[in-house]
Amino acid sequence: MIRINICKKLNLADGVSQLVVDAELSLQKITALYGPSGAGKTSLLKIIAGLMQPEDGFIEVNGEVWLDTSRGINLPPQKRNIGFVFQDYALFPNMTVRQNLLYASRKNIDEQLIEHLLKLTGLVAFVNHKPATLSGGQKQRAALARALVRKPALLLMDEPLSALDNETRLLLQQELLQLHSEYKFSALLVSHDVAEVYHLADYMLSIDKGKILKTGKPAEVFGLIESEDQIRLFGQVVSVDGDWMTVIVDQRLFRLKCVTGLKVGDRVSLGFGDAGKIL
Amino acid sequence: MDIDLQPLWLTFKLASITTVCLLVIGLPLAALLAQSRSRFKSVIEALVSLPLVLPPSVLGFYLLLALSPAHGFGGWLQSWFNIRLIFTFPGLVIGSVIYSLPFMVHPIQGGLEALPESLQHASWTLGRSNFDTFFKVLLPNIRPALLTGIVLTFAHTLGEFGLVLMIGGSLPGVTKVASIAIYNEAEALNFHAAHVYSAVLLVVSFSILLLVYIINKQLVKNRLAL
Repeated sequence: MIRINICKKLNLADGVSQLVVDAELSLQKITALYGPSGAGKTSLLKIIAGLMQPEDGFIEVNGEVWLDTSRGINLPPQKRNIGFVFQDYALFPNMTVRQNLLYASRKNIDEQLIEHLLKLTGLVAFVNHKPATLSGGQKQRAALARALVRKPALLLMDEPLSALDNETRLLLQQELLQLHSEYKFSALLVSHDVAEVYHLADYMLSIDKGKILKTGKPAEVFGLIESEDQIRLFGQVVSVDGDWMTVIVDQRLFRLKCVTGLKVGDRVSLGFGDAGKIL
Repeated sequence: MDIDLQPLWLTFKLASITTVCLLVIGLPLAALLAQSRSRFKSVIEALVSLPLVLPPSVLGFYLLLALSPAHGFGGWLQSWFNIRLIFTFPGLVIGSVIYSLPFMVHPIQGGLEALPESLQHASWTLGRSNFDTFFKVLLPNIRPALLTGIVLTFAHTLGEFGLVLMIGGSLPGVTKVASIAIYNEAEALNFHAAHVYSAVLLVVSFSILLLVYIINKQLVKNRLAL
């Protein structure tokens, strides 16, 4: 079990706020930390990693206390058995992919593990490449492999897939699940993408303005709707031409009967009637 | 006419020793300033930058007072350790180190501050110490800044005049560096010798600056391409 109870004053997007988190995470599961930008997600990750200090806090991972401000315990990041995948990947530009992974090894280099991770992430052909020559997806894979070299007790991922295109992101989500099924690491994944959270996470914490709003399985927190009648699409009017208007929905244009009073730029909600007719 | 090469040799010796000393002092100082969020940071930064704006004679005057055996610190050095720094080569080195401090510290500090914080954080979360992080991750990624610091320090020391004159005088073979020799020769209307010293300093200074710009261009290109 991973217990986190912290309190930290933060300068968030809309002024000073307090980050207050009291949560328990299951071992060997992927937990998502979901919320809008500036909610305090990255700060929480940094506090768990020891990169940021809370005023008050207690963090225990698998029976080992990493932080207990009441007893003056505060392990440095080096002593916390974590893997951290940064939003910008933070691969060392002066090292090749293999050197990045070797740097993560302790004194006893586990060559087999490194080779296996390189193979699983499809990076064997790129081991001698420096990060600058890799694509976004390859950088992401290298960062993930590097974080796993130490066999961390807790893998922290800060929006690791947010900079990738949709196709690569889906591919990497699949690879992440494969790695997880093989290594069974406990992970905390920061994301503001509902699909990603739903796809990857077993459990989630929904956070906003420094406070946890909801916890539970993604389907429970997001409120899974099981009725077709309630399907709604959201779009924006891009042109109005007499009785007709053009609406953009998910990068596709639809020509629909115009409703009186609508103008370009208005946001519209589209529902489905009988036989799938758009209303 | 024979040209005395000693001032040139002394100049390069002074510049080399100053550069090595400043590398040892400047690296930790630049790292400290790049990391620091202390309110005293601005005071230290202002002190480090002072030689950029202060006339060398002002710095030389205070150093002359400080190191002179007739005053506190210089007297203490003389009576306790029998060390006299004024009008000696080691005294020149100390003066040059202070005088060229910003030329080493500024590029390195700037280079370190420009690196994403996540590189350092990543190294820590991979279990690596501050020492490893600094020498294996941070320094190799600011090579252009490091090279700039080294070369500017060296080139700047080559051109020292006022400070050297104040605390070193013009003792042949001890403190008479090329810039002083040029002044002496020109004053004695010995323009040929002054020409030779000046031309050597001009060519060397231009060459090393040109070299550093070429290498830096290459380093940046390699960093992007490899």
